[in-house]
Amino acid sequence: MTTPPPAVQFLATDGSFAPSAGSDEYLPYIEALSDEQHEQFYRDMAVIRRFDTECTNLQRQGQMALWPPSHGQEAAQVGSARATRRQDHIFPSYREHVVAKIRGVDIMGIVELMRGTTLGGWDVNDPKNGNFHGYTLVLGTQTLHATGYGMGINFDGAVGTGNADTDTAVIVYFGDGSTSEGDVNEAMVFAASYQTPTVFFLQNNQWAISVPVSTQARVPLYLRPRGFGIPSVQVDGNDVLASYAVSAKHLDDARNGLGPSYIEAQTYRIGAHTTSDDPTRYQNDEQLAYWVARDPIVRFEAFLKNKGASEAFFADVEQEASDFAADIRRRTLELPNPTIDNLFDHVYSEPHPLITEQKAWLANYEASFGGDK
Amino acid sequence: MAVEELPLAKAINAGLRKAMTDNDKVLLMGEDIGTLGGVFRVTEGIKAEFGDKRVLDTPLAESGIVGTAIGLALRGYRPVCEIQFDGFVYPAFNQITTQLAKLTNRGRGTLTMPVVIRIPYGAHIGAIEHHMESPEAYFAHTAGLRVVSPSTPNDAYWMIQESIESNDPVIFFEPKSRYWPKGPVDLDASASPLHASRVARTGTDATLVGHGAMVTMMLQAAELAASEGVSLEVIDLRSLSPVDYAPILDSVTKTGRLVVCQEAAGFVSVGSEIAATVAEKAFYSLQAPVIRVSGFDVPMPAPRIENLYLPDVDRILEAVDRSLAF
Repeated sequence: MTTPPPAVQFLATDGSFAPSAGSDEYLPYIEALSDEQHEQFYRDMAVIRRFDTECTNLQRQGQMALWPPSHGQEAAQVGSARATRRQDHIFPSYREHVVAKIRGVDIMGIVELMRGTTLGGWDVNDPKNGNFHGYTLVLGTQTLHATGYGMGINFDGAVGTGNADTDTAVIVYFGDGSTSEGDVNEAMVFAASYQTPTVFFLQNNQWAISVPVSTQARVPLYLRPRGFGIPSVQVDGNDVLASYAVSAKHLDDARNGLGPSYIEAQTYRIGAHTTSDDPTRYQNDEQLAYWVARDPIVRFEAFLKNKGASEAFFADVEQEASDFAADIRRRTLELPNPTIDNLFDHVYSEPHPLITEQKAWLANYEASFGGDK
Repeated sequence: MAVEELPLAKAINAGLRKAMTDNDKVLLMGEDIGTLGGVFRVTEGIKAEFGDKRVLDTPLAESGIVGTAIGLALRGYRPVCEIQFDGFVYPAFNQITTQLAKLTNRGRGTLTMPVVIRIPYGAHIGAIEHHMESPEAYFAHTAGLRVVSPSTPNDAYWMIQESIESNDPVIFFEPKSRYWPKGPVDLDASASPLHASRVARTGTDATLVGHGAMVTMMLQAAELAASEGVSLEVIDLRSLSPVDYAPILDSVTKTGRLVVCQEAAGFVSVGSEIAATVAEKAFYSLQAPVIRVSGFDVPMPAPRIENLYLPDVDRILEAVDRSLAF
């Protein structure tokens, strides 16, 4: 096993509280957590895993064009998302389903994307969506958007004022494959140059579809940003407490005007890259078993049980997860197909004669079949 | 009426200053555009006037420039990016075509992308590889982008401001060989909207259509033709996406003949698209096939033989002769 030991960890694999060397500066964030917050972390992870299974099933039943599962990466995502503040902005890749949910997005928007009824899914400018920007499928492009957004925050003077409710950070999610893209590296250049309040959150799930991370990098990926002048840390991404504390610290630093930073969350994609993938062609059993033994939900469940969480709590979460998944299934099957308007109406925000002409032509053409009764 | 004689480069400079004065969300970003004023000095003096938070000398990374401009637009800014030369836009092609052009559509009416990308383009300057290309077709082919190119200082002054006011992304192609000659600029009122084409010279025997530096060449051709008794109408496209077809179709209805002129290679070009559309919409008015006068379908050549590649007045007139012979 070539995976190096994570730098920051609070929970051992068996769920016992065992802070790693080098985790001291993050400990205050852990100590400030309440039992209710702990239970919320667990609830977030368990509900999204059930959702994820439901969506995979829906794809297998022909109800979705594609599903990218997040199975195994729940702790990295929940910890970092729960560390954001209301005013922060989130730039996702395309697997951060629970981050969307935590920020307030109705994640039917994600289902609509993956079923194939829209190219968008939610309105980032609607306050109830928690500044959660659109999913981005072209790898790494969103890291530049997040950096440019952070440049704007700086120009607006919305960092380093000491006001915890208005100083604003940006967190951007990307994967180990993306780190080889030019855009991710250009984003680090710009972020360092303009000292943007950007937290680069790398989920290293060890695989870019079928290519192992060792093909992307011959050094641990968290060392790469240091060459750009960006401080970085490696965290056990399957430990929700570690993910939370490290993210909270670096988001605070960003809001306080200390510039960008970079977190590598070591995690593992337990399932396929997407439902179009067959991981049995490239994953090896030994590595899979290693990571299954480090399942983030099992580990946190053991932690909560050690702390005395009740059976009723776990039963309640189980019920919520089932209800949530059932509701998603029902609403997925009720989704209407898009219309002609969807094809033409928002290509431009202002009138465009070619689009107007083509829309009218298609409407007439369709009507010529007498279907518009 | 305040009219000033300005070269096209200075007219863009004046238009940028006006837009930045009117709206403090407008900012400029690009390589060497601040302290140096850009390699063509189009942004000369603007950093000194507006400061380094409005005029950004960015790191040398085109995808980074456009990608961060998208982020700034999401934050409410109206960035104007400069790409140093036509042939250096390709590192940003992904951000322009998959993100900038598509975010408004993805947003279903909730997002706008008011980003302008200024690109000096075209030849006639004796420069080495990648410095004299005409890549406008790539962008005109991409849904979600607006593509324009002024040919006069007056249009440059107004069209840059109208592009900045647009809530859609605009690729703004600047004919670099026309940067220096002066022309009148009416500082009080815009002559026409951003996407209108313009009849630059009226005539009755055949119609010439083109954009950018080619407009000057078409006007020279028309002048020569007139001395031989041939009356050519010249239309300056101004906008390559969308194309304003009404003046073109009106003209072809009158003259019955069309010659489309462009520096770009002809295969799958803006000129090809116009030829096809006119053939579709004005078939019964045409007295001759639509003829294209284009660059060849080869790489932009070394500058010592650029004149072999580039359409010139003689090649335009040769095409007119062929058209009139039908």
